[in-house]
Amino acid sequence: MSLALFYVVAAVTVVAAVGLITARNIVHAALFLLVALLGVAGLFVLLYAEFLALVQLLIYGGAIVIVILFALMLTRSGEFDTVTEHRRWPVAAVVSAGLFVLLVAASVGDSGLYNSQVRTGVEFETLGRTLFELWAIPFEIASVVLLVALVGAVVVGRSVGGDGEPEDTP
Amino acid sequence: MTPELGLVHFQVLAAALFCLGLYGVLARRSVVMILMSVELMLNAVNLNLVAFGAFRGEATVVGQVIVVFVITVAAAEVGLALAIIMRLYRGRGSVNVDDIDLLKG
Repeated sequence: MSLALFYVVAAVTVVAAVGLITARNIVHAALFLLVALLGVAGLFVLLYAEFLALVQLLIYGGAIVIVILFALMLTRSGEFDTVTEHRRWPVAAVVSAGLFVLLVAASVGDSGLYNSQVRTGVEFETLGRTLFELWAIPFEIASVVLLVALVGAVVVGRSVGGDGEPEDTP
Repeated sequence: MTPELGLVHFQVLAAALFCLGLYGVLARRSVVMILMSVELMLNAVNLNLVAFGAFRGEATVVGQVIVVFVITVAAAEVGLALAIIMRLYRGRGSVNVDDIDLLKG
């Protein structure tokens, strides 16, 4: 039963990922990204990681995709209408395919070591306790990272020339 | 393939997602497209972390805690990267990586 569910969700995710990297229209690519992220949230549910599925939905589906769509809205220039791939895209295809074969070979070769079929979930309480007790210092550092990124994004993205600063023309 | 849902299934799926993202990073020319492919790769890594945690049994929380941190850093990365993209677009009128060669000698 869970295997069938896995195949359905995995198919949706992989198809969306393929659509993401092959889409001509970049807005379609962003929507494919949304579907792929929702698929990964579904896989988190299959792994009994409900909290992470919620976080995935809220942060990735809710925030990151919306921000990317806003950036696309502000930077649409129509320059990628005809050719979007780099000239050396066959090299990229060969590298990716080679890495995939390598990773699959390693996973299948080692599958005897981890042949447990039992999935154990994590309770919200355990996750929260671990996060705020054992990982308290990394948690605080993460909040500083977010603050620095916020301030940095405001400074970098500030409207140039709006406050007397000259426009930089490279 | 085992008839039951095992760790291998998730590993192969994560490998597929990671390699698709890698192709996107290497082959596409739009900066926003590259950013979205990086997000896909980060999701593949998260999937692997959660899957290993779920199938190992003991010490299963650590994988999920690390995923929380990865998502945090990814959010910060997207915000900052999009600010830089805005700046580039305003300064050069393009988001094509072939045009962005300021540091080229």
